[in-house]
Amino acid sequence: MKRYSAFAIAREAFRYHMGWERAWASPEPKKKYDAVIIGAGGHGLATAYYLGKNFGITNVAILEKGWLGGGNTGRNTTIIRSNYLQDPSAAIYEKSRSLYETLSQDLNYNVMYSPRGVMMLAQTQHEIRGYERTAHANALQGVDTQFISPERVKELVPIINIEGPRYPVLGALWQPRAGTARHDAVAWGYARACSAMGMDVIQKCEVTGIRSEGGKVRGVTTNRGEIDCDRLGIVVAGHSGQLADMAGFRLPIESVALQALVSEPIKPCMDVVVMANTVHGYMSQSDKGEMVIGGGADGYNNYTQRGSFHHAEETVRALCETFPIINRLKMLRQWGGIVDMTGDRSPILSKTPLEGCFINCGWGTGGFKAIPGSGWGFAELMAKGTSPLCDAFTLDRFREGRFIDESVAAGVAH
Amino acid sequence: MLILTCPCCGVTGEETEFAPGGEAHLKRFGPGSTDDEFHGYLFEKVNPRGVHFERWRHANGCGKWFHAARCTVTLEVFGTYSAQTTEPPQDIKDRISAKRPGWSWREFA
Repeated sequence: MKRYSAFAIAREAFRYHMGWERAWASPEPKKKYDAVIIGAGGHGLATAYYLGKNFGITNVAILEKGWLGGGNTGRNTTIIRSNYLQDPSAAIYEKSRSLYETLSQDLNYNVMYSPRGVMMLAQTQHEIRGYERTAHANALQGVDTQFISPERVKELVPIINIEGPRYPVLGALWQPRAGTARHDAVAWGYARACSAMGMDVIQKCEVTGIRSEGGKVRGVTTNRGEIDCDRLGIVVAGHSGQLADMAGFRLPIESVALQALVSEPIKPCMDVVVMANTVHGYMSQSDKGEMVIGGGADGYNNYTQRGSFHHAEETVRALCETFPIINRLKMLRQWGGIVDMTGDRSPILSKTPLEGCFINCGWGTGGFKAIPGSGWGFAELMAKGTSPLCDAFTLDRFREGRFIDESVAAGVAH
Repeated sequence: MLILTCPCCGVTGEETEFAPGGEAHLKRFGPGSTDDEFHGYLFEKVNPRGVHFERWRHANGCGKWFHAARCTVTLEVFGTYSAQTTEPPQDIKDRISAKRPGWSWREFA
């Protein structure tokens, strides 16, 4: 792999940019790998990358049914934050956020991490108490957040209307080092780094069966032939249920469509991310100038990748009250992704009843922010069988009643 | 957009008129059941990609609960039927078989 640098750009400028090579190879699958990861989204690629980087396991294949990063990695609103309530969540999300800070250097790929700050508006007395509690919890967890006044909110976001008649802004939970990153670049950067370590990123390779022998995983059946492996990682978000079926166990997960939309591009007007959980909407401005708006999740199971129309309407209506200047903007695009919701709104990073088979799922509406941390922890789990970042997020926590309840801390789809 | 017909009052409306109530035909387990049964009942959802049976309530209408047979991929509704039953009626099952040959859902097929 040729490194990207200012020097490389200058060199290529002198030869009509003919020297750039493909960012990652597209190899044919081999017969056998040490580890196979199903799903080449952010989480799957990050897992493979840290398996190689931290544990020296590079005989790895990452199988992808569609194209690289074409699932939820390419469909989210790119927000990165770690202001969660429970200790295990704060640990993995803060690890993730801190890895994002240096990800561009680590991968030699510009993921455009922008620590512009994320604020979650408190618009009811209940929310004030909730966020003050989160701010205290974050202080103990070593996550830098603070509860700020409405005046400070107005200072940071001049376009906001803090005197809304129904839901005035009463304060906000502010995380200054949270922000956004370029979602596709995260997947591409990891894929390039994996490919450079000799791993096989295999696209258009759909897993149709999981083979086991004596309670131990043997390999997978795909539309491109049989592939053997010692260890298998299932990292497929909304379609985890189908893969778990193939492996012979069931998951406490329901899949629903979550949608987002962007406006037409306008001049820079808001340089932070604002989330308004009571009125159910959140917004940031992309580098292109589009207002990126996150909508609600459907209330019923579905795999449609578009989402219900009335959710978009509700979100936009709420945001027009909160940000009056956007009410004449046109919508440019709308899309949906299939998110895997657990009962306690926390992920599952766990061994499974099938030996050698591991599952990473249940990130629900907020998986993008967790990509590096999830990969870091899940790689450790796959390599060593245990990981301090993952050990609280086991599959059997539901049976044992050890919920990691984030449905309050993250009451909105995020 | 999902369009349902309430079998109780006969009104056809789009999804904002109804409230989803989750998986249908659950067999409830409580005190005296095994851990596995209780865990299965509480947490192990079917989450199918395709034919699904759900409980719905005509929340902004007659207020009654009913069942719906639906495809989670296309949002096609195969039919709605009374909540006073432990399994889908034969005519709904036949209709699904005509459109999705070989379907199965939990113990039903």
